[in-house]
Amino acid sequence: MSDHFNIKLPEGSIEKTTTTLNLGPTHPATHGVFQNILELDGERIVHSDSTVGYIHRAFEKIAERRPLAQITTLTDRLNYCSSPINNMGWHLTCEKLLGVKTPKRVDYLRVIIMELARISDHLICNSIVGVDSGAYTGFLYVMQYRELIYEIYEEVCGARLTTNMGRIGGFERNFSNKAFEKLERFLKEYPVVQKEFENLFSRNRIFIERTQGTGAISAERALNYGFTGPNLRAAGVDYDVRVHSPYSSYEDFNFNVPVGTTGDNYDRYQVRNEEIWQSLSIINQAYKKVQEFKGAEAEVYHADAPEYYLPEKKDVYTKMEALIYHFKIVMGETEIPAGEVYMSVEGGNGELGFYLISDGGRSPYRLHFRRPCFIYYQAYAEIVKGSMLSDAIITMSSLNLIAGEMDA
Amino acid sequence: MALTNEIIKTRLTDKFGEAITGMEEPYGMLSVTVPCEQNLKVLNFLYDEPVLGFRFLTDLTAVHYPDRKGEELCVVYHLHNLVENIRMRVKVYTPVEKPDVYTATGLFSGANWMERETYDFYGINFVGHPNLKRILNVDEMDYFPLRKEFPLEDQTRIDKDDEMFGR
Repeated sequence: MSDHFNIKLPEGSIEKTTTTLNLGPTHPATHGVFQNILELDGERIVHSDSTVGYIHRAFEKIAERRPLAQITTLTDRLNYCSSPINNMGWHLTCEKLLGVKTPKRVDYLRVIIMELARISDHLICNSIVGVDSGAYTGFLYVMQYRELIYEIYEEVCGARLTTNMGRIGGFERNFSNKAFEKLERFLKEYPVVQKEFENLFSRNRIFIERTQGTGAISAERALNYGFTGPNLRAAGVDYDVRVHSPYSSYEDFNFNVPVGTTGDNYDRYQVRNEEIWQSLSIINQAYKKVQEFKGAEAEVYHADAPEYYLPEKKDVYTKMEALIYHFKIVMGETEIPAGEVYMSVEGGNGELGFYLISDGGRSPYRLHFRRPCFIYYQAYAEIVKGSMLSDAIITMSSLNLIAGEMDA
Repeated sequence: MALTNEIIKTRLTDKFGEAITGMEEPYGMLSVTVPCEQNLKVLNFLYDEPVLGFRFLTDLTAVHYPDRKGEELCVVYHLHNLVENIRMRVKVYTPVEKPDVYTATGLFSGANWMERETYDFYGINFVGHPNLKRILNVDEMDYFPLRKEFPLEDQTRIDKDDEMFGR
């Protein structure tokens, strides 16, 4: 072969028999900006090297100059498939640092929003696995219901993708009747769709053969790699932050934590599906609990934390204290207490942690995001080694890698 | 017997004596400071000891304190015992002139990228790391951007005159 290219190899050198393939940085099959430099022997991967950081935006540095309320917008852009979970996680971190106690109704409303976000996150992941194994229909079909979830977000906060939802202490306003109507519609219609979606894939021979036994990782390796969330549970470890360290009153709900056995693509798909059913059940329970609040209690949508919670506009115009707090919060002049806090929530992909150090100034001294994607993507090289190129692509979508979360 | 912060403290002081300092429990999470050259010994002890069993590395990052002479950089490990469901924090201080810390990649495969990220932003040299190079920033970068000597632009500066957008 070397003669063919007129290249003279030195005496005794071994000719390279593998092919180098640059998969990415932007490629339709990678669903984000990832570069994988694959060493291929025929169609089999013998080595892979991942490059990340293409959309690194230095959030941790930016956060060091911003008051707490302005950091919420940064968290939107981590895992943009489930930004409300990131927002709520950030508010919970602040509340833990500031010692703000939220009312039960706020907790339940947050649970509804977080579980909706989890459904939309898992929905995207599972339908993308379908797309990568050649079935586009499921993706388009469930997209309608992600749209409905986004409409609920819109009713609650006015935004769809980068939601910037809620405040420290609660929500910016009470849920409108329209929001509850849409939620009811979702709870009524979605189970049918989810069932149909599963009928399309779960027992589909082609799908099973593409996903079973590919992209597997053992529980031991997954733990050693710091896996969390559905990917760890698919390997058989029942670790769920919602159960292990409950936040936002998750201890009030009954739900199961589904686990897989083999940690392969099919188990990850099944675990995510079951989590969608569990999330639906949690939303149903939470919605019932929310409806039980009557009279003045049904109007509660934020905690009593005037120093950190932006007051209502009508109070700002009429009350002195409200005006002062409004000014201080908007200008970011509220001093936050010194302290060191780690808080984590169960994000769409796993344990989303916030490590916040404050030295008593107006902004954090240091803020670090524990991004589950970033931590488990390093296992990708080990998972795909020895597998076929097409399996590597399914594995990538089945791990649910979100570029925004990985690069922070 | 459930594992508590008290038990962890006793076990650590029994084994390492005076070397373990700065024991505190901010917001209920035990935090200990370990001398720089002993970090791996302590992590190993926490990992292997059957009673303790901190076998999950949740997070690894660093903090820069420019005012602390001789211990400007602080590497922070968040460990988790998933069986007992208890978390703890291990801190290692190192001077900024010679920021050498032993790598934890031998214990936790997941530490690989976390240490690369920490190196990328703080310049901590993880001794023994298999592939210590930049991960999120470009390879050509020759400074460590999350250190405090690189402040973000001051919002109140007046030397810039931008007629179009104003300041």
